[in-house]
Amino acid sequence: MNNSELLEKLKPIVANYAHNKEAIDDITEHTDFINDLKINSANLVDVVLDIEEEFGIEIDNLSMEKMLTVSAAIEIIEGKLKEKNDR
Amino acid sequence: MDSRVVITGMGVVAPNGVGLDAFRKAVKNGISGIRHDPDMERLDFSCHITGKPELSTELISEYFTNLELRNFNASGITYGVMAGMDAWKDAGMEISSGEEPDWDSGTIFGAGTSGIARFREAIYKTDEMQGRRLGSTVVAQTMVSGVSAYLGGKLGLGNQVTTNSSACITGAESILLAYERIKAGRAVRMIAGSTSDSGPYIWGGFDAMKVCNYKHNDDPEAGSRPMSASASGFVPSSGAGALVLESLESAIARGAKIYAEVLGGHINSGGQRGTGSMTAPNSTAVQRCIKNAIKEAGITAAEIDVINGHLTATSKDALEIENWSIALQRKGADFPYINSLKSTIGHCLSASGSIESVASVLQISEGFIFPNINCEDLHPEIKTVIDSQRIPTKLLNKDINILAKASFGFGDVNACLIFKKY
Repeated sequence: MNNSELLEKLKPIVANYAHNKEAIDDITEHTDFINDLKINSANLVDVVLDIEEEFGIEIDNLSMEKMLTVSAAIEIIEGKLKEKNDR
Repeated sequence: MDSRVVITGMGVVAPNGVGLDAFRKAVKNGISGIRHDPDMERLDFSCHITGKPELSTELISEYFTNLELRNFNASGITYGVMAGMDAWKDAGMEISSGEEPDWDSGTIFGAGTSGIARFREAIYKTDEMQGRRLGSTVVAQTMVSGVSAYLGGKLGLGNQVTTNSSACITGAESILLAYERIKAGRAVRMIAGSTSDSGPYIWGGFDAMKVCNYKHNDDPEAGSRPMSASASGFVPSSGAGALVLESLESAIARGAKIYAEVLGGHINSGGQRGTGSMTAPNSTAVQRCIKNAIKEAGITAAEIDVINGHLTATSKDALEIENWSIALQRKGADFPYINSLKSTIGHCLSASGSIESVASVLQISEGFIFPNINCEDLHPEIKTVIDSQRIPTKLLNKDINILAKASFGFGDVNACLIFKKY
């Protein structure tokens, strides 16, 4: 899965929680979940849970704290997918 | 000088009517909202009849966003938010969309439990070692103040936002607390109300205490029988009621419609002493509560036209009538008219006081006394205290000046409110 494929899978997940719906269409790797998409910080845990389910991975607390932007999310998802495939 | 307090808006989500118009129609015509409950039967409870507001997903989505409805399973919050927002709109109030909260407006919205079905899901998940997958909304849905928190956020309320909890007097208590806050000048308007969750996880406990009716499982609408000789337990139900209480000064300045005035009331407890216990009332305290409410409202017992009783349809109904009679020093044909909304909606528990207050205030503002159903066989002990024509079984169109509303609850707690025509 390349970055743009990952991004396409990520979009509908974050769209559920974004208060700024317009920003979803312009989403890039630089998009910030809280500042750009206006996701309520409490909902970030829901985003993580949905990502875990979508990709069949488990995201540890430390990674969760870093997942504030699209690029961070993609990096973490890729890392976890690689760990999973290497097992 | 203390403010006078009036009611300028109402909202209701009841088993026999959702929204003020449907509710008014049901109340006036004695239409029952009690239905067969397949969940209670499947789970092998004795009582298979309950009262639940009927809500479509379309209607709910007018009050909640899609995001809020994700993993949402808190019926009491749904009912409370709907009733509260309806009352706000009915009062002609706007929803503030700006950054600034409405500092003058708050809510005291009571509940007995919150999100009990959501709580169950969370408990299962926790025990299955899935605690990290609970998501972000378990707390907001299961904290008992969930209903006031949701409502406060939707309306941008900036005054006190809280939830009171005192069993079956919760709704009446919320009105008195809101009244006191406005009277003291600490708020201009407050949404007073209360809600109660639906479902076997709240009703089952009452069934297990053997206080619910199991003799009318095949005839649900005849099941709730306040004041009847064949009353054999209450019918558990749910819903929410809400009233906007406001200073008279503000209501006049806004040109708001005024339903009635809140003259005051009283709350006390029998301390579970004497005849009182966790579940039984101390009659001395009940009578004292009624007498003090009259005193605090600045009226006399003779001025009361109508009583909206607690009257749940248990063996205690006759005792309640006796307590009213002693407290008011009125009996026979001199006793006020009395009715119980529970005959058509069952016992909405923590929501009962507020839903019944909405019905009470409608009676004052529109000049009618709603009929009691299922009491054609009036309890003989009641007949020895008051004249049977004081218990209307048909709609009476009549001007009402003063109505007394009482609620009594577990923990030996009592509340009595006095409403007056404005």
